[in-house]
Amino acid sequence: MDDNILEMRSITKTFPGVKALEDVSLTVRRGEVHAICGENGAGKSTLMKVLSGVYPAGSYDGEIVFDGDVCRFSGIRDSEHVGIAIIHQELALVPYLSIAENIFLGNERRGRGGLINWHKVNAEASELLESVGLHENAITPVGQLGVGKQQLVEIAKALSKDVKLLILDEPTAALNDTDSAHLLGLIRKLQERGITSIIISHKLNEITAIADNVTIIRDGKTVETLSLHAGEVTQDRIIRGMVGRDLESYYPERESHPGEEVLRVEDWTVKHPTQDRLVVDHADFSVRAGEVVGIAGLMGAGRTELAMSIFGRSYGRLVSGKVFMHGKEVKTRSVTEAIDNGIAYATEDRKKYGLNLIEDIRRNVSAAGLGKLSRRGWVNSNEETKVAEASRKSMNIKAPSVSSIVGKLSGGNQQKVVLSKWLYTDPDVLILDEPTRGIDVGAKYEIYTIINDLVAAGKAVVVISSELPELLGTCDRVYTLSAGRITGEVPVREATQESLMALMTKERELAA
Amino acid sequence: MTRTVPPEAGQTPPNADFTPKPAGQSGSGSMREFLRSNLRQSGIYVAFIAIVALFTFLTDGTLLSAGNVTNLVLQYSYILVLAIGMVIVIIAGHIDLSVGSVVALTGAVSAVLVIDRGLPWWAGVLAAIAVGLLVGAWHGFWVAYVGIPAFIVTLAGMLLFRGLTLQVLDNVSLSPFPAEYREVASGFLNGLLGGYGYDAFTLLIGGVAVAGYAVSGWRSRAARTRYGQPVESLALFIVKVVAVGAVVMAFAWQLANARGLPIVLIILGVLAIAYGLITKNTVFGRQVYAIGGNLSAATLSGVKVKAVNFWIFVNMGFLSAVAGVIYSSRSNGAQPAAGEMFELDAIAAAFIGGAAVTGGVGTVVGAMVGGLIMAVMSNGMSLLGVDQSIQSVVKGLVLLLAVAFDVYNKRRAGASR
Repeated sequence: MDDNILEMRSITKTFPGVKALEDVSLTVRRGEVHAICGENGAGKSTLMKVLSGVYPAGSYDGEIVFDGDVCRFSGIRDSEHVGIAIIHQELALVPYLSIAENIFLGNERRGRGGLINWHKVNAEASELLESVGLHENAITPVGQLGVGKQQLVEIAKALSKDVKLLILDEPTAALNDTDSAHLLGLIRKLQERGITSIIISHKLNEITAIADNVTIIRDGKTVETLSLHAGEVTQDRIIRGMVGRDLESYYPERESHPGEEVLRVEDWTVKHPTQDRLVVDHADFSVRAGEVVGIAGLMGAGRTELAMSIFGRSYGRLVSGKVFMHGKEVKTRSVTEAIDNGIAYATEDRKKYGLNLIEDIRRNVSAAGLGKLSRRGWVNSNEETKVAEASRKSMNIKAPSVSSIVGKLSGGNQQKVVLSKWLYTDPDVLILDEPTRGIDVGAKYEIYTIINDLVAAGKAVVVISSELPELLGTCDRVYTLSAGRITGEVPVREATQESLMALMTKERELAA
Repeated sequence: MTRTVPPEAGQTPPNADFTPKPAGQSGSGSMREFLRSNLRQSGIYVAFIAIVALFTFLTDGTLLSAGNVTNLVLQYSYILVLAIGMVIVIIAGHIDLSVGSVVALTGAVSAVLVIDRGLPWWAGVLAAIAVGLLVGAWHGFWVAYVGIPAFIVTLAGMLLFRGLTLQVLDNVSLSPFPAEYREVASGFLNGLLGGYGYDAFTLLIGGVAVAGYAVSGWRSRAARTRYGQPVESLALFIVKVVAVGAVVMAFAWQLANARGLPIVLIILGVLAIAYGLITKNTVFGRQVYAIGGNLSAATLSGVKVKAVNFWIFVNMGFLSAVAGVIYSSRSNGAQPAAGEMFELDAIAAAFIGGAAVTGGVGTVVGAMVGGLIMAVMSNGMSLLGVDQSIQSVVKGLVLLLAVAFDVYNKRRAGASR
């Protein structure tokens, strides 16, 4: 019995010079959770844009059959009309409007005389919030909610439009484990109510946990669709489909030879920029040359805040504590001072804080090290190109030339540009905040290899990550952070995901 | 003032602006590649040439006549000076609405000192520039260190400095300036080498400029080759030099046949070359682009954002003062209403010249060409006797279309992602 809610038949979408999708087919059965996997740039998002009408009918070849009808969407409104809702990686909510206003934005419930009956709207919104398990007042401005809760508001918004097919693009990328678990539970609940979901994700453990079928896309083509019911399809199996080769392991091997202590931070305390609370609370940690140290913590534990406050007071106020480099106390009151003292910080949000997306690779690579490329304020642009070219080769940045605009590169290649930028400042210690977020498996492996090369060259590396396997796979030691306090320091060979998680939640339980 | 004049200034045009970015490892040599990879910029040049051609045709060649070319330079020089500062402000993601008022204020201060008090002409110039720097520092302080959007700060400045102009002038116009002061905007360097119905000196300077352009282009080409980077083909390079040389020499010939080399053109040339180099080849210039492109990323890369923003506005104040001196010299006096709407002309020049509304994009050369497009249109329409009201409508539409073209381009680039 074939009851397919969606059939996309041999979709081909070409951009000037590039074939983004070639003969891609996707069949989604009614009521299932269907995962789509593929490396960055494989064409997942393009496919979803075709489906939701962002790319209107006529701009691609192929056929979309939704609910038994051939559909030709000319815009998002058309696809929404038939019951397709897409929730993007970047949330599209208005921060200053209330939850209820956001839910009914563009779909306002007008009453008599075209006026909005707010009591009715808020009551309806509350019901929707109940159904997604979000316990917030409907009149709360969305800006006051965390990312996880905002995502739930997005889903509530989709439900308000009688959605039949819900598309979630990387829904858990920015969520901590608790919020992720809640979201996945919600998707299952919606499934029970008969709502079909398509979920695009890099997190294979989530896919194997929740999806019924997974379609793998590689280089703009459908590779295969696997059923996850039999339980025979492992994460390794999915990865094999995505990259088209076997990865021996997720993490490259590395011999560990820690040397002298490079960075030591003592008694580091940071206050929230606007609220009266400590975000980092008397934290101590150290890194040695040739060592990778991990910092584990749930979202809101203060990991990024710790790193950014050390890196030139880029976060918070009333920062106190001491920073030692090679045993000598140094000041890091500005980013320049931090860089001069041999500290580099690669941000977790490379698009927002790490790169000038409208500039080329060359100018991004040189951005933090212009002093080295200039004499009396004049930049040697030929030398600059040489440096960028060297990075492009050594980092294997996939771009036709160093004049390529960074905004057009894939996530993994963008991250390599960020790393190139910081390596050119020749730091002694690199703080890498979520170095592999939103990056496909192959590029992740490359980033890990780069980290290994760095420590082999005697650099000290701090890795901040939400993914515990990543910390276990790359680090020598892991510190756990909870509510701004260091709650543990564990050599990685003694650590397990469970033991780290226990330390990461320690303080919270005490406080509760 | 030496601060703004780089070592190489005064001898070579900023050829870097014309150098095509290598479109790929292989052949960026063909003319088509060159145009395509510089669409944003080359579009402006094409538009400029088209507009010049159109008005030359409509005015039966009067537009490019010796006398009119000279007039064009004299008439629009101060807008071009302002456009240089404005494009830098815009690249950094700000705006400056006060430049018209600052032009008036600096001219007024100069007039009071020179005309009222009888001080020498150079004292007036120095005082004007000092006032310009102070105004710039005032704006820079509020924008950079207090964190108030430049739109508000300079809107306030527009009212503030217009009011101060009225105060300084006691609500009346001052004139005339002594002859030396008037030379700044309406003087000519000619007869230095004698002439035979035309001014040989002007042609010599034109020749030097072309030679400088060719030499610096050749040196940069050689340096790129030395670093193993792609360069345009030799044929294209020669075509480029010959084309630029022909335009410059034709321009010089027209000047030489009229009144010679305007002093203000020398000022403008030096400023254009100096700022072209500053924006392209200095750390400061790079930081301006970095701030406009992504403020947070620039901050986290160690750019001293506050200091850079501060100096951007000090520089705008400086150039406003230069424009103020030129304008007061040209109008031979100071008026309470001087410089009104100049800010809009300067902003329009920057945007027509390819600067992005969102910051991070733009060039000095582009802004100059943008300013020239406005200049040729105004001048051409005036020659044709088009009414002022229609001129305003046309200029408004051209600005709108230029930015629309930019937005369209960006959307196309974005869609192919």
